[in-house]
Amino acid sequence: MMSEKSFGTSPKRKEDFDLLTGRGRFVDDIVLPGMYAAAFVRSPLAHARIKSIDASAALAMPGVHAVISHHDLPATLRERRLPLFVPHPTLTSRMQHALAKEEVCYVGEPVAVVVADNRYLAEDALHLVEIDYEPLAAVSDCKAGARPDAPRAHADLESNVVSRMLSSVGDIDAAFRETPHVFKEEIFQHRGGAFFMECRGVIASYDAVEGALLVYVSSQGPHRIKRALLDLFDLSDTQIRVVTPDVGGGFGPKGSFYAEYAAIAACAMMLGHPVKWIEDRRENFVATHQERDQYWDVEIAVDAEARIRGLRGVLTHDNGAYTPWGIVLPWISVATVPGPYIVPAYHIELRSVLTNKVMATPVRGAGRPEGVVVMERLMDRIAREFKLDPAEVRRRNFIQPSQMPYNVGVIFRDGKQVVYDSGDYPACQDAALQTIDYDAFRARQAEARLKGRYIGIGIGNAVEGTGLGPYEGAAVKVATNGRITVSTGATPQGQSHKTTLAQIAADQFGVSIDAIRVETGDTSKISQGIGTFAARTAVNAGSSVHLASVKVAAKAKAIAAKLLDVREEDLELRDGYVQLAALPGGPGAASDNARQVRKSLAELAVVAAGMPGFAMQDGAEPGLESTAYFTAPQSTYANGTAVVEVEVDIETGRVTILRLVLAHDCGMLINPMVVEGQVMGGVAHAIGNALFERMLYDDQAQPLSTNFGEYLLPLATDVPRIEIVHQETASPLNPLGIKGAGESGTIPTIAPIIAAVEDALSPFGVRILEAPITPQRIVELLGDAALGRTR
Amino acid sequence: MKPARFTYHDPAAIADVLALLAEHEDSRLLAGGQSLMPMMNFRFVQPAHLIDLNRVAELGYIRADAGTLAFGAMTRQRQIQRDANVQQACPIMIEALSHVGHRQTRARGTIGGSISHFDPSAELCNMAALHDAQFVLARKGNQRTLGFDQFARGYLTTAIEPGEMLQEIRLQRWAKPYGFAFEEFAMRHGDFAICAVSVLLTLTGSGAIDAIAIAVSGVAPTPQRLRGFEAAARGQMPGHALCREAALQAAAIEAMSDAYTTAAYRTHLARVLTYRALEKAVARFKSQDMT
Repeated sequence: MMSEKSFGTSPKRKEDFDLLTGRGRFVDDIVLPGMYAAAFVRSPLAHARIKSIDASAALAMPGVHAVISHHDLPATLRERRLPLFVPHPTLTSRMQHALAKEEVCYVGEPVAVVVADNRYLAEDALHLVEIDYEPLAAVSDCKAGARPDAPRAHADLESNVVSRMLSSVGDIDAAFRETPHVFKEEIFQHRGGAFFMECRGVIASYDAVEGALLVYVSSQGPHRIKRALLDLFDLSDTQIRVVTPDVGGGFGPKGSFYAEYAAIAACAMMLGHPVKWIEDRRENFVATHQERDQYWDVEIAVDAEARIRGLRGVLTHDNGAYTPWGIVLPWISVATVPGPYIVPAYHIELRSVLTNKVMATPVRGAGRPEGVVVMERLMDRIAREFKLDPAEVRRRNFIQPSQMPYNVGVIFRDGKQVVYDSGDYPACQDAALQTIDYDAFRARQAEARLKGRYIGIGIGNAVEGTGLGPYEGAAVKVATNGRITVSTGATPQGQSHKTTLAQIAADQFGVSIDAIRVETGDTSKISQGIGTFAARTAVNAGSSVHLASVKVAAKAKAIAAKLLDVREEDLELRDGYVQLAALPGGPGAASDNARQVRKSLAELAVVAAGMPGFAMQDGAEPGLESTAYFTAPQSTYANGTAVVEVEVDIETGRVTILRLVLAHDCGMLINPMVVEGQVMGGVAHAIGNALFERMLYDDQAQPLSTNFGEYLLPLATDVPRIEIVHQETASPLNPLGIKGAGESGTIPTIAPIIAAVEDALSPFGVRILEAPITPQRIVELLGDAALGRTR
Repeated sequence: MKPARFTYHDPAAIADVLALLAEHEDSRLLAGGQSLMPMMNFRFVQPAHLIDLNRVAELGYIRADAGTLAFGAMTRQRQIQRDANVQQACPIMIEALSHVGHRQTRARGTIGGSISHFDPSAELCNMAALHDAQFVLARKGNQRTLGFDQFARGYLTTAIEPGEMLQEIRLQRWAKPYGFAFEEFAMRHGDFAICAVSVLLTLTGSGAIDAIAIAVSGVAPTPQRLRGFEAAARGQMPGHALCREAALQAAAIEAMSDAYTTAAYRTHLARVLTYRALEKAVARFKSQDMT
């Protein structure tokens, strides 16, 4: 019996039973008859010319079926390169081949693929493939790579700077001319990678009778992977089906199309056997996209009241060796900097630089945390210079709710001006500050210092464009047995879509979420799809599920009204029936009368399907089903404030997070429990980025961090209890008032951790203009003060 | 990350192990597998023969004699942690073990495996140095016993020769009462320490240092005892000046560096952790909170 609205409640997740009882199905769980295993021969050098490849010894090994390099590939794969998802006029793009042709441009670039009976044999054979490389000078650091005399990341490049894009709002020169208060900072930020628990993986199977390619891939959206494969192999739309089963984490980099996918598909077609490739962790460190380095040289002009007049500077971004996402990542960083503040004049030059490293593409937060760090470091600088409370400086600069919708003026990566649709930024910060008892903090801090303890506090505010277009569809269908199915191109990686999308549909059908089957990530289930990234699924797919469910419910009512000879508006959907709705104020919902006057969804679906030989009644469209592709006019903007209290051990440099409050507004909550899970995971990411995660390379761009002993993710012991405050400002841009939540824990949270460490160390005048910040670095910054009692 | 081809042996008795070791020159012993298995998966090591010790029950024991605490090489770290004798006789071992990996890895990891691997940061190697351990090395038809300084050869290197197995580790027990402390800095709980410092001491009736041992690990390729300081400290009153002197001695150890950690930071940690460890051991002795 389902009567309450499911939207806004926290039912247990539909996903959990399968996942917790070992019934989850990930790519590596899939075993097809006659399937071979593949392993990739990858470049050991960051930049080199391939002089020769000799696979004869590997091919001679028993159990090895093929060693395929560039020249063995089908013609279309030799001619074409991987697709550029988002072109930009300022970009000189560099795209990769499925297997390197003559030049390798990062350590880990696929050069050949070995196909064998199993992965053990394939790895044995890898070591027998002899490749003669001529080493070339490599670009490791993007700032050094931007210099005219730097070696080139690709031998034929004129410059490693492959895009220079200006973001400009207002009269920046005037802003800086008219005030003496100008503060300059040079900020270095490094974000590592995604490091999902399940590494990448793909299985390709080619049916020579049908001429059809079936691909299972651990991804964030199979439709774009299908498009890329269509382009690369020149097949017709119905010849390729891409399926993404359960996914153990995506966080951005699983939304990319990778060379391995094309190479494995080619292997399956060439060999006539299904071929599986599962990325191992060492490959994951060198061949899965990362986010990495940004250098920001910025200055801010403020008036005598600490109000921002202008902000200008240069962002130098490490793009890696190829440009699969164009300049999307640094562009988002640039568009995020103004955040919740009024910035009348803004001028940032973005320089995207090719380096000989694996490609940098969005990781959860997608360049936004870096933008927030820049703005919030400047805010803290202003506070220090004006001897104002950091919270007060922010208050003076907030966009007020009365100014909504607010046009920031910057062009976002969707090509439109950033226009905040709704939100109450001052209230969000106040809520976070109250929760952590900010006003009493300075007293706590002074008391701690008397005991030789150094605690500090930091604030981070962020506004995040979510629900990015163009659309994510949903097909809602009632089968002739009454079962309800929702199919969408959205592709969950842990976001609980099967639960939240079912909640939205359940409210229209008057059923429990258990009665709704949600199918995701299969190009055969719905024609068009984009995928799950950019905190876009609840907004796009959620709205589509709503619209399609509304239509199906209306259709069911229309048919039932005719059959029952009642008015449509007197009917309601409940527990699998269309029945007479209880009269307002009447004695309970399901009266005896209502129970007698009703039709099951199964009966209605049979009627809607039509009878052989009979015309459809009133020319109705067949089927109790509807497909909707909701498309919003622009992104909807979520916001959040993170306030963090830390303690620093000045003798060891250890940082302990004492409290972490995150107040945020992601519009109307479909499922508070799911949102909180998303926030907590996002915060863990931010803690890693602020304190632990570093992907080190040497000066020849050789990656040094290639396992989890060297690359440190935060452990459970490093993530404190997270205090979450929800604010709900309905977005006016979609029917459910939703905004995205998948990244809201990450985006505002690196900045306040850094700020809190700096605040804790303020007696020593330590300034922190980098992330992550490690204990060793803190000790270096402290100098003799770190000697503590041993001095 | 699949190992190269190898032949697997799973003997059940020490004699069989030693026979296999004598027969197969290119072999490795598998204890808890917490280091060796990843190294094989990375193909950093590719032994032709893998001799699994996990069925050799006679290698798993803890024996408390008058002056020593002896561990069979296959004794699990978790087993040591939970052993009443060790808890009673050697509480610093329990404190050190709490830093060794995580409960899951300790359930597999063994004392012999850790000491044979001889990671410079390993807590159990530090304990061996602190307790002037003796190492019983066995080969077919032969056995020898080495002291710590003969056993420790360098970075990840011990005196164990091809064909030999570490069979037993004997720690020299200190008679109670004594003060102790184990101070470690690792990036995250359970990580390899960047630096760890252990202290054992007794004080005279007047409160002066009677006996003291300090071991510093993670800084140099092998755990280092502060022998010079230990000798000079006898008879001195513990306090800020003595703690600082110990700290300076620890800071004089020539430190390693790598891509992540500078020599300067290791030296710095040796300095501050030595101060803290000595201070804590003295306080514990004085409070008799040494159980």
